[in-house]
Amino acid sequence: MTSVLQAQGLGKRYGRRWALRECTADIPAGHVVGLVGPNGAGKTTLLKLAGGQLEPTTGGITVLGGRPGGTPAQLARVGFVAQDTPVYTGLTVAEHLRLGARLNPRWDAAMARERIARLGLDPTQRAGRLSGGQRAQLALTLGLAKRPELLILDEPVASLDPLARREFLQGLMEATVEHEFSVVLSSHLVSDLERICDYVIVLADSRVQVAGETERLLATHHRLTGPRRDPDRLPADQHVVSARHTDRQSTYVIRTDAPIHDPVWTVTRLSLEDLVLAYMDKPTTADRRAPLEVRR
Amino acid sequence: MIWLTWRQLRGAATMTAILLVLLAAVLVPTGAQLAADYTGGLAACVRGEDCAGFYDQLFDDYEIPFLASILVVLVLPAMIGLFWGAPLITRELEADTHLLVWNQSITRTRWLVVKLGFTGLLAVAAAGVTGLAVTWWSGPLDQSAPGGFALMDPLVFGARGIAPLGYAAFAFALGVTVGMLVRRTLPAMALTLVVFAAVQLAMPMLVRPHLIPPVTSAFELGRENVGGFGINRDGTFDVRIEAAIPGHTGAWVLSSELVDPSGRTIATSGADGIVQGVSTTSGPCSPAAGPPTGCPAEVNRLGYRQKATYQPLERFWPLQWIETGVYVLLTAGLTWFCFRWIRRRIS
Repeated sequence: MTSVLQAQGLGKRYGRRWALRECTADIPAGHVVGLVGPNGAGKTTLLKLAGGQLEPTTGGITVLGGRPGGTPAQLARVGFVAQDTPVYTGLTVAEHLRLGARLNPRWDAAMARERIARLGLDPTQRAGRLSGGQRAQLALTLGLAKRPELLILDEPVASLDPLARREFLQGLMEATVEHEFSVVLSSHLVSDLERICDYVIVLADSRVQVAGETERLLATHHRLTGPRRDPDRLPADQHVVSARHTDRQSTYVIRTDAPIHDPVWTVTRLSLEDLVLAYMDKPTTADRRAPLEVRR
Repeated sequence: MIWLTWRQLRGAATMTAILLVLLAAVLVPTGAQLAADYTGGLAACVRGEDCAGFYDQLFDDYEIPFLASILVVLVLPAMIGLFWGAPLITRELEADTHLLVWNQSITRTRWLVVKLGFTGLLAVAAAGVTGLAVTWWSGPLDQSAPGGFALMDPLVFGARGIAPLGYAAFAFALGVTVGMLVRRTLPAMALTLVVFAAVQLAMPMLVRPHLIPPVTSAFELGRENVGGFGINRDGTFDVRIEAAIPGHTGAWVLSSELVDPSGRTIATSGADGIVQGVSTTSGPCSPAAGPPTGCPAEVNRLGYRQKATYQPLERFWPLQWIETGVYVLLTAGLTWFCFRWIRRRIS
């Protein structure tokens, strides 16, 4: 099994609104995958579909080769830490571990205890009294001690302060190194993902805009700056991701496997953040249609 | 999963258990006293005159605890629906903890099975124990209570026997279902209360009378079903019919009418009906004849009858079983809906 997640024409509709459309993706195993996109892009929907929380409206999705959420065996293989890391406020830390032990066949009790001790959490404390960072760590511990093959985290650090953010992501990294499992992690902040992800999926406008290994994406994307020029005059193997024009100057973000020889351009490397922003910036279907209607 | 369900229910269950223990602490000694009063008084009145006076006295003495115990049994299912049923799912949805628990290695169907089954059984047990305890306590009064508070009367019927079990199961399932649909605790509780109250009113008023086709039959007038005679200023004579049936003490009277010889209704229970052909100047019904002991016979001779529709007392247990069955079916329907909904709609 080399794919952790395969989606074909996956779509989810709430009433008349599509939260996710025509999503096709194939995520290979053994990566820490960052799912980036603006708020409301469909990140949570995609992750909930992968966790089996939601049923797709169209298309299909397989996670680790199985239908998400259908059987206890499938549930045991996939860990899921939901948005804002919910925990039972009335239960103590120790009771959360007991919950995990009772509901998971592969529960690693020693690891859970050790992690809680290392984090300095008091097992007798009620989860409702933990700080946001501690609560997130408790939720992560529950997800890790389940010993999943794939751990899905939906905006786990969104509500944490920078220090707690770093500690959380560091804890996650250490665990992936130690136990060798795949991770899919969503965030609307690229800086969260830059440090830990080696695979990135950009989701915008409820569609997958680009997906691939971070290294490869950075190697094949370039920013071209030079005198003003129309996009159709670019070589055929250069795919325009975004374009900006002033009166005299054009700036393109392009994707290409070939080297760029045209001496007119000043070629610069993109940071991951630039790359993601370029895809989020991409004209949407609605925007593309608008000028046509004006012309008519 | 049972551990988690119990852990989440622990507070509410302990609270309910304390209330039930308090109730038992009141019921057991007073119940023993009541039983002693009843056997003692009955022995005294059987030797002496008729027992009606003793019954009235006994009911007067215990009226407040009698009514309070009925109230407890009728309100308990509503409380279970409100405080156990409605928050069962909404509390998880509001805190997003359903996403935590559904991502352990347990399907949400199984999660719901344990949550509904375990909590529901405790709820039904609590209501059942209360219902049976109160049924035991009020045994002597149910033998002797005046009209309106007898075993078959709507208010009392629902607080006796096995019906409270059905009510509790239904209220619980209703609370859970409403909670799933509304997804917020307080509105769900309010809606549960409204719907449950509506069902509890509709049952005795619209459904229960027809669970077994009621008996309709005509009865001669006598001391039990006549409230009084009257002579109007214009010389007409009238009879007030009551909602009691001679020879069928304790029956649940659905309608009681005074009918004339042709079968036409001339008055319903509690109202005066003018009877034609009775002499108010001479004969057994005239004021001159003294107490009107012979008057009913005279009215019967003219062909006037009481036409009553009723459920006899012997049908108490059949009706209890059927009614409980109806509530069990409603509960099963709601439970089925809950499982369907949790698989398809909730995330």
